[in-house]
Amino acid sequence: MAEQNEESPAAQETAAALDPAAQQNAQLLALLHRLFGADAFTDVEEPYGMLTVTTTRERIHDIIAGLQQDQELQLNFLTTMCGMHWPEREGQELGIVYMLHSLVHNIRLRLKIFFPIADPVVPTMTDIYGTANWMEREAYDFYGILFPGHPNLIRILNVEDMDYYPMRKEYALEDGTREDKTDLFFGR
Amino acid sequence: MHPAVNDFNQELTTLNLGPTHPATHGIFQNILQMDGERIISGVPTIGYIHRAFEKIAERRPFYQITPLTDRMNYCSSPINNMGWHMTVEKLLGVTVPTRAQYMRVIVMELARITDHLICNSILGVDTGAFTGFLYVFQEREKVYEIYEEICGARLTTNMGRVGGMERDFTPVALQKLRDWLKTFPAVMREFEKMFNRNRIFMDRTQNVGGITAEKALNYGFTGPNLRAAGVDYDVRVMNPYSSYQDFDFEIPVGTNGDTYDRFMVRNEEIWQSLRIINQALENLPEGPFHADAPHYYLPPKQAVYQNMEALIYHFKIIMGEIEAPVGEVYHSVEGGNGELGFYLVSDGGRTPYRLHFRRPCFIYYQAYPEMVVGSTLSDAIVTLSSMNVIAGELDA
Repeated sequence: MAEQNEESPAAQETAAALDPAAQQNAQLLALLHRLFGADAFTDVEEPYGMLTVTTTRERIHDIIAGLQQDQELQLNFLTTMCGMHWPEREGQELGIVYMLHSLVHNIRLRLKIFFPIADPVVPTMTDIYGTANWMEREAYDFYGILFPGHPNLIRILNVEDMDYYPMRKEYALEDGTREDKTDLFFGR
Repeated sequence: MHPAVNDFNQELTTLNLGPTHPATHGIFQNILQMDGERIISGVPTIGYIHRAFEKIAERRPFYQITPLTDRMNYCSSPINNMGWHMTVEKLLGVTVPTRAQYMRVIVMELARITDHLICNSILGVDTGAFTGFLYVFQEREKVYEIYEEICGARLTTNMGRVGGMERDFTPVALQKLRDWLKTFPAVMREFEKMFNRNRIFMDRTQNVGGITAEKALNYGFTGPNLRAAGVDYDVRVMNPYSSYQDFDFEIPVGTNGDTYDRFMVRNEEIWQSLRIINQALENLPEGPFHADAPHYYLPPKQAVYQNMEALIYHFKIIMGEIEAPVGEVYHSVEGGNGELGFYLVSDGGRTPYRLHFRRPCFIYYQAYPEMVVGSTLSDAIVTLSSMNVIAGELDA
């Protein structure tokens, strides 16, 4: 594991040339740059073979709509989306991960956006994908992310009168006052 | 017509179907607006058994997350287990020996068969045919006995470990499996004979609860529900895992996406699963049933008593002191209901930083109102059971 990550850049390039998944990712990235401009994407990674790019919430709706319409790639299946919370990233505490899939070419793409927790507003994808409806309700329920334009943005899994967003990291799962269970010895 | 009768006809009824209604097969609710017997609109409400698995998983070492996955789609829990273990193995870079992979294929396909049997036989019950349910429920019990022989549990199996299987198949388990493979096809044929060309069943299910391929894709359908609409997407073929590429099987596809097609696709998948199990059993290679990964794979109990290293690893694994590499990984398997995905983000700690389950039921159930609007209440029940909505997977 660790050794693989420490290969020299030249070795990595050779491996990429031989690996069909890496080639596919390179082509996909080139296409993304062509369609939306190279400045639209940052933090391009390929963890465990899946191309992962970060973009902004201003552009995410156009990108996902564009990818759905694109006839060449046919990235028209929203596999899943979920929220996440990184409290230590100032100004980018909340995030959403979208995973798209082209069933025709079997290409998967992971798109991420990050935004401040003080302004948790993200454009809705319900006009593009019917399936985004409940996924967005779930992200709202767990993380308090708001989706203007969503037809029915109410809590989905938790009780309606809840006044907090439980998946945020500020709500630890165990009683923080217990001294016999410190983080040093147990769990995280 | 008398004016009063006319007024009566125009009155709409709000019907709360569920939660825990016998026809909903689980804890969820459908608030239906009805004009007589016709459904005008429907609002599905879920969350009644929400157990916060994603949150709980953030405090648990990888092993202790396995029982959580059992309780999602409890009709096919071994598939959930294996999917989870494969996700962790992908993150850790553990290679699983071929024997363990074949063993996994066998239990996963057994799980798929039981899942489909329950769905299809309950569909029969909902159309008024109880006998078929009794035929195949007995067979499900026999499969559960095989599980019991493999791992000691029946429903929430907690089967498998990171790196392979918890224990090898015993001769008794193999014998039970072989016996069952001999007797089950006859029962299955009888079950099919009872329904496939049954006039009443066909009238009750054909052109009921249909969905087009485009709509199904837009709503994120996967699994038999998508294949019934004519899209041959199967994770086992598109992204083979656990040596599925070694086996010869076909993907049954429907045309209309209606209740009858879903029933037929599931029945055919049972036959294909039997094919896979037979091949896997025939070609089951010798060798270890788990990877040589002492950091992650629990040592045998006897070794823990006698061997210092085993004791140390046992302690470290149980206490969750093994740290995972930083990374994010998505792995999906073909669950009983479709693509069951695990999105795991690790920050280098001992537990997942974020774990998201792509639960197929949760994703496609939102299309339900659209599928039943305009049909009658009894059609809505049949549609619901043919979609195989499992409440544990809806809520997680």
